[in-house]
Amino acid sequence: MIKIKNIHKAFSDQTILDGVNMLLQEGSSTAIIGTSGAGKSVLLKILLGLLRPDIGEVSINNIQVSYDKPGRTLSEIGMLFQGSALFDSLPVWQNICFKFLKGGEKLSIQDAKDLAIQKLKKVGLNHEVANKYPSDLSGGMKKRVALARAIVGNPKIIFFDEPTTGLDPIMTNTINNLIREIVETMEVTALTITHDISSVEQIADNVALLESGMIRWEGKSKKLRDSKDPYVYQFVNGKTKGPINVT
Amino acid sequence: MRILRNLGKSAKIFLQKIGRVTKFIILIFSNLFTPPTYGGAILRAFFQIGWMSLPVLGLTALFTGGALALQIYAGGSRFNAEQVVPAIVAIGMARELGPVLGGLIVAARVASSIAAEIGTMKVTEQVDALITLSTDPIKYLAVPRVLAATLSLPVLIAIGDSIGILGGYLVGINRLDFSSSTYLASTASMLQISDFSSGLVKGAFFGLIISVSGCYCGFQSSNGAEGVGKATKSAVVAACVFILAANYILTEVFFNS
Repeated sequence: MIKIKNIHKAFSDQTILDGVNMLLQEGSSTAIIGTSGAGKSVLLKILLGLLRPDIGEVSINNIQVSYDKPGRTLSEIGMLFQGSALFDSLPVWQNICFKFLKGGEKLSIQDAKDLAIQKLKKVGLNHEVANKYPSDLSGGMKKRVALARAIVGNPKIIFFDEPTTGLDPIMTNTINNLIREIVETMEVTALTITHDISSVEQIADNVALLESGMIRWEGKSKKLRDSKDPYVYQFVNGKTKGPINVT
Repeated sequence: MRILRNLGKSAKIFLQKIGRVTKFIILIFSNLFTPPTYGGAILRAFFQIGWMSLPVLGLTALFTGGALALQIYAGGSRFNAEQVVPAIVAIGMARELGPVLGGLIVAARVASSIAAEIGTMKVTEQVDALITLSTDPIKYLAVPRVLAATLSLPVLIAIGDSIGILGGYLVGINRLDFSSSTYLASTASMLQISDFSSGLVKGAFFGLIISVSGCYCGFQSSNGAEGVGKATKSAVVAACVFILAANYILTEVFFNS
């Protein structure tokens, strides 16, 4: 369970998050949607312990996230970064098993390689990819490798930051299906940051709309398109006029 | 009043920056001797910073030694003191030109590459990814580079000094009509261990300056490619300026002792 309590964050004079409260139940899949610059990625970094909030606190499975040493809560989290964030200097298998080669938990090289190949299969890539470098991969393949890295430690929680940004519709569908499958088979708590409505409907049970640093609407993803909330209506239908300030 | 306010603001920003750099250096040193140690990353850093800098450093030293021999010969001939060429080339290279030019050349090559590499990792979220994978970025990215640069630079400087002296020797015997034995004897009689050792100590300090500048500016990168470009430029400028300043301070220390 993830508890987000009264999170405020500002950079210089600009308020990014202005009192965000959320509760993510164990085993649930939630999406946070919102316009670019709404504060979604900042919130995610605060959840990971990478950014310290000005006010407020986050607890993951009843352990408060520490911003000095975030390792305690991070060990339970898998993270898929927006741009994949694969390490250019390492082959795919080392990227996937980085945690077990350089991080706290250790595996032998052969075991790490076997585990990487196993996870590659899970995301629909064959074993030949294991020895390639990130620069040899397409955008979709990089995303799948990053997904394999996110699930390698069998985390209880997975965060997905814009998982389908920059991908073609077929690859978007492939990634969404993979995320859905992973969330269901691994029984993880998932949080996805996105502004792709069709992805939300495919991968999330619950949705929250973040706008101008505040959660403006929360509900089931099935009810998103039918919502009469002016923020949701404007966002879902891509209207330029409405409560969301488009600048 | 406005000038004073602006001055105060600038001084505050400067002091904040000094504080952040000091904190960064302390963080690196506090991580130097605590596990885990990334042996592979350290070896790679030694190869990239030490071994790969040798060609450019060697060429710089060779040509500098040769040019120095010509200049000293031209100057010395005004006082009928051409025979001082071997001694001054050797002392000049070992005490001053070898360390400073070597430091500046390595700064241009290494500080820029460290800043660009870490900066790119920062703006593409690879540094954040390291943290989420239970790896301390300072320990994994900065410590190996600082260790490799601080320990490689003295060795590089020693090699550069020798190649510089060789450059002077080659010009001396081929262009200035010195006999090989006279040149070598004169060099050997004038050079003292302390001439070399001061250069080696300077080298260690310069290595520390270069690597800390590169790492610090890299970690401060933001705003995509433009930010990485700025970080790279700042790293090289900072490294070069601090090398020259440190060189003066260290020369004063050695001169007085």
